[in-house]
Amino acid sequence: MAESENIVAETAEKIFSDLADAQTINSDKRGSWKAPLWHALSEAGLPLSWVPEDCGGSGASMAEGFSVLSAAGRFAIAMPLAETMLAGWLLAQAKIPSPEGAMTIVPASPKDRIALNADGTLSGRARGVPFAKDARHIAVLAQGSAGLSIALVDAAACRIEAGLNLANDPSDIVTLENVQPVTMQPAPKQFDQRQLMLMGGVARSLQIAGALESMLEVSVRYSNERVAFEKKISKFQAVQHNLARLAGESAAALAAATSAADAIANCKSFDDEVFLEAASAKIRCSEAAEKGAAIAHQVHGAIGFTIEHILHRYTLRALAWRDDFGSESYWAVELGELVSARGADELWPLVASR
Amino acid sequence: MTAALRFDPIRLPPECEKLRKEVRAFLADEIAAGTFDPHKPNREDADARDFSRRVGQRGWLGMTWPKKYGGHERSFLERYVVTEEMRVANAPTRRFFVADRQSGPVLLKYAPEHIKMDILPRICSGEVCFSIGMSEPNSGSDLFAAKTKATKTEGGWLINGTKIWTSSAHIADYMIAIFRTSPPTKENRRHGLTQFLVDMKTPGIEVNPIGQITGQFEFNEVVFTDAFMPDDHVLGEIDGAWKQATSELAYERSGPERFLETYYVLTELVRAVGSKPDTRSAEGIGRLVAQLHTMRRMSVSVAGMLQAGKEPVVEASIVKDIGTVWEQQLPHRVRDLAAFVDPDASNHETLEKQLSFAIKTAPKLTIQGGTTEVLRGIIARGLGLR
Repeated sequence: MAESENIVAETAEKIFSDLADAQTINSDKRGSWKAPLWHALSEAGLPLSWVPEDCGGSGASMAEGFSVLSAAGRFAIAMPLAETMLAGWLLAQAKIPSPEGAMTIVPASPKDRIALNADGTLSGRARGVPFAKDARHIAVLAQGSAGLSIALVDAAACRIEAGLNLANDPSDIVTLENVQPVTMQPAPKQFDQRQLMLMGGVARSLQIAGALESMLEVSVRYSNERVAFEKKISKFQAVQHNLARLAGESAAALAAATSAADAIANCKSFDDEVFLEAASAKIRCSEAAEKGAAIAHQVHGAIGFTIEHILHRYTLRALAWRDDFGSESYWAVELGELVSARGADELWPLVASR
Repeated sequence: MTAALRFDPIRLPPECEKLRKEVRAFLADEIAAGTFDPHKPNREDADARDFSRRVGQRGWLGMTWPKKYGGHERSFLERYVVTEEMRVANAPTRRFFVADRQSGPVLLKYAPEHIKMDILPRICSGEVCFSIGMSEPNSGSDLFAAKTKATKTEGGWLINGTKIWTSSAHIADYMIAIFRTSPPTKENRRHGLTQFLVDMKTPGIEVNPIGQITGQFEFNEVVFTDAFMPDDHVLGEIDGAWKQATSELAYERSGPERFLETYYVLTELVRAVGSKPDTRSAEGIGRLVAQLHTMRRMSVSVAGMLQAGKEPVVEASIVKDIGTVWEQQLPHRVRDLAAFVDPDASNHETLEKQLSFAIKTAPKLTIQGGTTEVLRGIIARGLGLR
């Protein structure tokens, strides 16, 4: 990790430890933690990490931005930080300056399409859009007759039906009916919706990997405190082996996600190799979320199933994040089709390409 | 605690990619010459001895060792590339693999100079085969229960007892074994074992092959009856083998051989489903490839840590745990997916034969070189649970 990456990551970590303590958030029924945290993140320029300075952002590197997302995952941050970062990144692809305030991205699923109408307005419906209810603006990727365009849209101009994901964070349906964008520019030539979905998928992968790290930490700590049958449950081999498996899943998620982030941070184009990295990260991290969350809950027993305990902040969010920007089964089909189209003897060269 | 678990995204440097091309070209020539058939993982072909020498001639044995012992002073990442290409091609590596991965590094660290000068260059030229004498009839995972006894005598030691499950002992020139030189103490049950270099030509050593469920004869029972080991064949500290065992484990446990053992069935499945798979096959293949890719990234990351001089014992155990469980399940998942493959597909018979062999191989993968249970114990210790 480069030193500058450390500084950005450390800034994020510091803000989260000061203002996003899991226990405090969990007992705060009114959500009064939100405003100070968002304020501090904005002051530090983190939501617009990936926006160049001449577009109103802080011009951090891709790697630095990714390290913020890892930290956000470790703290299971329920706030449109990743979404604003992704929106800013999308807008920057078309050199559109980012406004202040929270943003989100439309579409947020590979199956939804937004159309650019002949009159320059946008129409379409996007499901599972994270934090649309909390966003002031939406970065939209739209399909026109002449190709793709990137647009900045006022959230108030869209119809937003509120929904919730597994962790009770906003996951909304956004409908655009002849919406006039604030700004719109053609997308760069090589850009497509798949790239946006993969970028979103890698962001979610890092968040899941971060949440798994915390699940492991919380579970190990609990097993060293809880006494049953007259000894700490960490001394039972069955519990030890479960935690060893959780460590393995956490490690696998971390390796897959950081590798994909590194691949994107250093790539010139989204070729097959970057696709393998990004799709694999979303698939493997989602699988790890399932296995890891199950173990973390098993170790905690009934207490981890209560709303008062912080465990669900990590487990439910990791499970919910699987659904965004294409689920693991969606990407598995895409990856399987790519591998099959390339042919059996090209599989190993693809896997061993870096 | 969790800060200890790191898997940084290591990329193989450009010299590795050049080397990879050389290895692929070499293996293609060997396949063309009929040395081995990459589609038949169940055969250790006859002239593997010559193959071993040719690998040595290319400079691909003892790659990371000092030049004065015949080594090449190259990086662990370069060695990694050679290992994975050989494994994926199903090349007959059994004759040299153990010596190159494990025995050579032990000798480098603990053998007297004249033995290093004698044996290491011969490992590098692919001349000698090694085996590892750890398990005994009543001591497997519980290494420190070993009973085979070394009794001090004039100028050396007399060995009596039995080693078992010793891979390649029937073709090996040497074995690195642990023998009991003292009883364990009350304070330390691991005390009292000593590592020895064993010349397999020593009188008093009898090797009895043991058939495996795959139909192969890979492992053996090795009986020692007053076999004499000279003093200079003691490796390291007398009674202190337990101190020497752990640091090498990272080398042994994190390599590509820990998840690629049954890889061939995945290639063959992709061939059988063709270029336009149905959704079920596509999803199944996609998941397996994502899991494979992740494991390789973890394993390369550990190779990078080794190159940087670290001892990633816990990370390596995680790689072996996840990797061996995966390669064990792989043939079963491929079997699921192959159920609807066109039986007239040109490679259907090859796939069936490979599956049959891989399914029979699978049980050993989570036992050899440290069982799943032992690995999870090591990981748990790393987490501060024991």
